[in-house]
Amino acid sequence: MAVLIDETKRVIVQGITGREGQARTNLMLGYGTNVVAGCTPTKGGQEVQGVPVFNTVKEADAYCRENHGGPADVSVVFVPARLVKAAAIEAIEAGVKLVVIVPDRVPVWDAIQIADAAKAHGANFVGPNTLGIISPGKAVLGMIGGRAESAKAWFKPGNVGVISRSGGMSSSTAYYLGQVGIGLSTICHVGGDSVLGLRFPDVALLFQDDPDTEAIVIFGEIGGSQEEDLAALMKSGRVTKPVVAYIGGKAAKEGTRFSHAGAIIEGGRGTHAGKVKALTDAGATVVSSFGDLPEAALKAITATSGGGSAS
Amino acid sequence: MARLHEYQAKALLAKHGMIVPRGGSATTPRAAGEIAAKLGCPVVVKIQAWTTGRKAIGGVVFADNPAEVVEQAKRLLSMTVGNFPVTEVLVEELVAIREELFVSLALDDAARAPVILLSLAGGSGIEQRAGDVHRLACDPKTGPDDALLKKLIAASRVETELQDAVASAVRGVFEVAKTYEARSLEINPLVTTEDGRVVAADCRMTIDDYAVFRHPELGIEIARELDHPPAALERIAYDIEQADHRGTFYFAQLNTKTDDGSKGLVGFHGAGGGGSMMSMDAIMSEGFTIANFTDTSGNPSAAKVYRAARSILSQPDLVGYFGSGSGVASQEQFWSAYGLAKAFWELELTIPAVIRLGGNSEDRAVEVLSDACAELPGKVEGYKKDDTPRTISQRFAELVSASTVAPWVPRGPRTPAFVGSGSSFPINGGKVWIDTDGCDVEATRLAVEHSSGLLKEEAGIPVLAVAEEDVAGKDSEFIACEVELRRAGKPVVHVELDVPGLAEVLGCAAVAGGGN
Repeated sequence: MAVLIDETKRVIVQGITGREGQARTNLMLGYGTNVVAGCTPTKGGQEVQGVPVFNTVKEADAYCRENHGGPADVSVVFVPARLVKAAAIEAIEAGVKLVVIVPDRVPVWDAIQIADAAKAHGANFVGPNTLGIISPGKAVLGMIGGRAESAKAWFKPGNVGVISRSGGMSSSTAYYLGQVGIGLSTICHVGGDSVLGLRFPDVALLFQDDPDTEAIVIFGEIGGSQEEDLAALMKSGRVTKPVVAYIGGKAAKEGTRFSHAGAIIEGGRGTHAGKVKALTDAGATVVSSFGDLPEAALKAITATSGGGSAS
Repeated sequence: MARLHEYQAKALLAKHGMIVPRGGSATTPRAAGEIAAKLGCPVVVKIQAWTTGRKAIGGVVFADNPAEVVEQAKRLLSMTVGNFPVTEVLVEELVAIREELFVSLALDDAARAPVILLSLAGGSGIEQRAGDVHRLACDPKTGPDDALLKKLIAASRVETELQDAVASAVRGVFEVAKTYEARSLEINPLVTTEDGRVVAADCRMTIDDYAVFRHPELGIEIARELDHPPAALERIAYDIEQADHRGTFYFAQLNTKTDDGSKGLVGFHGAGGGGSMMSMDAIMSEGFTIANFTDTSGNPSAAKVYRAARSILSQPDLVGYFGSGSGVASQEQFWSAYGLAKAFWELELTIPAVIRLGGNSEDRAVEVLSDACAELPGKVEGYKKDDTPRTISQRFAELVSASTVAPWVPRGPRTPAFVGSGSSFPINGGKVWIDTDGCDVEATRLAVEHSSGLLKEEAGIPVLAVAEEDVAGKDSEFIACEVELRRAGKPVVHVELDVPGLAEVLGCAAVAGGGN
C-alpha cells in the first residue's frame, strides 16, 4: 500500500495544455499514473498525449464518471500562480478530494482561501509550491523525477515513507535512502510555502495508519511549526512508528528568508535548535549531517522490524 | 522589502477608518521641525526602523518645541538599527494614554487561517504575558466572531463607552490585513485615551511577498525579506528575477568579511531551497563563510543561471565558487552547466569552483562544464548525484587550500573581437553575434549543428533559419551553441547578455551592454 496516490486513482490535470502541464502529463503517464482527463478553459475538445481536454473540472469529472468508472480522485494544478486560487477552488467545488498545487509564488491569502474551501468540502490539498508525490512503482503526481525514466531509476518501492519541505530534497532523500537499500512507500513534498494543505503531522498520520509503512523519514527546515507539531503527535502516542529527521538551515540567520517562503525564523520561532529539540525529545532520531540520514534510517528500521528493504 | 514602516502602515489603518495619532514622516531634521510646528507641541519623534524596543535604544523621544524636534531628529537620523541606517522619523501628536491594549493578526500555519491575538492589558513585552492574550480564530472571509469579540471586551476593564470602538479597531486590523494581504499586522499598543478615543499608537505590518504585485499602491520596491536594506547586487538580482520567470533566482548577500578562523569567503550558488540550505550548512561546517545565498531552480534558463553567476562573481574577496543543490534534481541540469560555463569563461575565473550538478542529464552537464572550463586559470570541477555534499565540501576545501591565487577581484566580462563587427541579431535582454569573417566550412557546420535548428548555412556562413522575432526567447539555446562551439575550438558565436546595473556595481564602464 501507499498513501495519497497509487495506480488506481483517477487523476485530472488542470492547465494540461500549458508548457509545464504538457511536460508533466508526459512524466505522469510514462510512470503509470492513471491520468484520465485534463482541463484548460477554452481548450475543451483538444487532446494532450491522448488525454481529452475539457473546459471545466465539472465536465472532466463527468467524463471520468462515464468512462472510467468513478469520479476524478485527484487534480494536479499547473496554472500560473495568480490563477491557482480559482483553479483549486473549482476542483474542490466539483468534488475532487485531493488537489496537488505545483506552482510557486501563490499569494498566501489565496492559499488560506483554498484551505477554507477544502475544509468546507472535506477535501485535502498538497502545496502550493510542491514538486509532488510519488509512490514508487505505482504512480506519481506533479513533477518528482522530472522524467519517467529518471523517476523509475531513482526511487525504489518499499516500506519507508518520506515527507519533505523541500522539493529537490524529496528526490535527494529518497535517492540516497535507495542507495543503502531502503525502499519507499510514498514520498510527499508538502511544499515550500508558509501556509500549506497537508503538513508534516497530517502526512505522518497517513503513514502511521498505512500498514505497509514501517518508518518515516523527514527533511525539515527552519521556520513554521510543522516539525514541532509532528513531535507533539509523537509525544501523545498518535505517531508511534520510528521517525528519522534532518533539519536544514542550521546556519540560517533570523529575519532573512532562504528561498522558500516558509523558511524564515521570525520572532525567535521556528529555529533549527527548537525543532531538533522538539523532535529529539519526542523520540525521533535527528541527524546533524544530511549524509548521515540513510544510515540512521537503516538503523531505525532494523531496530523495529528488520524490514523496509527495497523490493 | 515587504515590511512597511510604522507611518506607512498607519496611513493604511487611517484609510480604513481607524484612528491614528496626527503626524507625518520626515527624512530631514528641518522637515521634522516643520511637522512639529504644524501639529503643535509637545510631540513624540520616533525612528522608523524594523525593530522592537525602540524606546530602549533611544529611538523614541519627546519634544516640547520645534527647535528641540530638529535637534533630536538630527540625532535619530544618524542612528543605525541592526544593519539598517535610520532614514525616516515619524513626528506625532502626544496622546494622553489611559489604557494600553494590544492586537495583532498573524497567519496560523496549523489552522491555515488568520488568527488575532488580543490583550486587554497592553504594553510592551507581550511575549512574557502570554496568559493575558486571547486567541481569536478568524474566518478568512469575515474575520473574528463578533459575538465572541464583544463578550471578551465586555469582560475586560475597557470602559463601557469605548468597548464598541475597541471592537471596531480589532475588526479594522482584520480588514486592513486582508485588504493588503499582510502576513502579519501588529498594533502595540492600541490605546484608550483620556479624551475618550481608541488610537493605534504603533503599528508593524508585513505584506506577503507573493501578493506585492497586486498592491502597486504600496510602492514596495523589492519584495524580499532581508535583515538589511537591499544592497545594489540584491536589487540587480531582484530585477533579473522579475524580468525572467523561467525558473527562480533568489539572491541574498550575507557577509562581506570573514571572522577569525574562517577559511574564507565563498560565492555560494545553490539549486532548490532545501538543497541550497543543506549545502550551505555543509560548506559552512567545512569552515568557510558564505558571501551570499543564491538559489537558481525550478528549471531555470541558462541565461538566468549565467546572470546569477555574474551576480555572485561581482562580490570581492571570494576564495572559491561553490555550487550545490539537492543533488538529485528533476530539472535538466545541462542548462545550468551552459550558463555557468559561459560566465566562468567570460570572467576568466581564477579561483577554484566545485559544482554539483546531480539529477537529470547530469552526465552531459558535468562533461560540458568540465570541458568548457578546462583552460581557465581556476580549477572547475563538476560532480553528480552520487557525490555527497560533504564529499564535495571537503574537495572544495582541498582545492582552496592548494590554490595560490589571490582572492577574487570582480571584473567585467571579456568579449571576443568580433562582437561589434560581426553579424548580429537581437534576443531578449541581449544580442547574438556571429563571427562571419572567422567562419570556415567546419565552423559554419558546427554552428548550425549546435543551434537547435535556429541557424542554417547560407553562402558559407551561419544565418538565422527562422524569423528574427522567433528567436527572442532562445537565449538559452544560443548560450548552449556558444559554449559548444568554444569546446569544439570554433568560437564563432557569442551571446552578449545584459545584466542591468552590474557595470555600475563593478565601476567598470567597459562591461558589455548588449542590445545598444
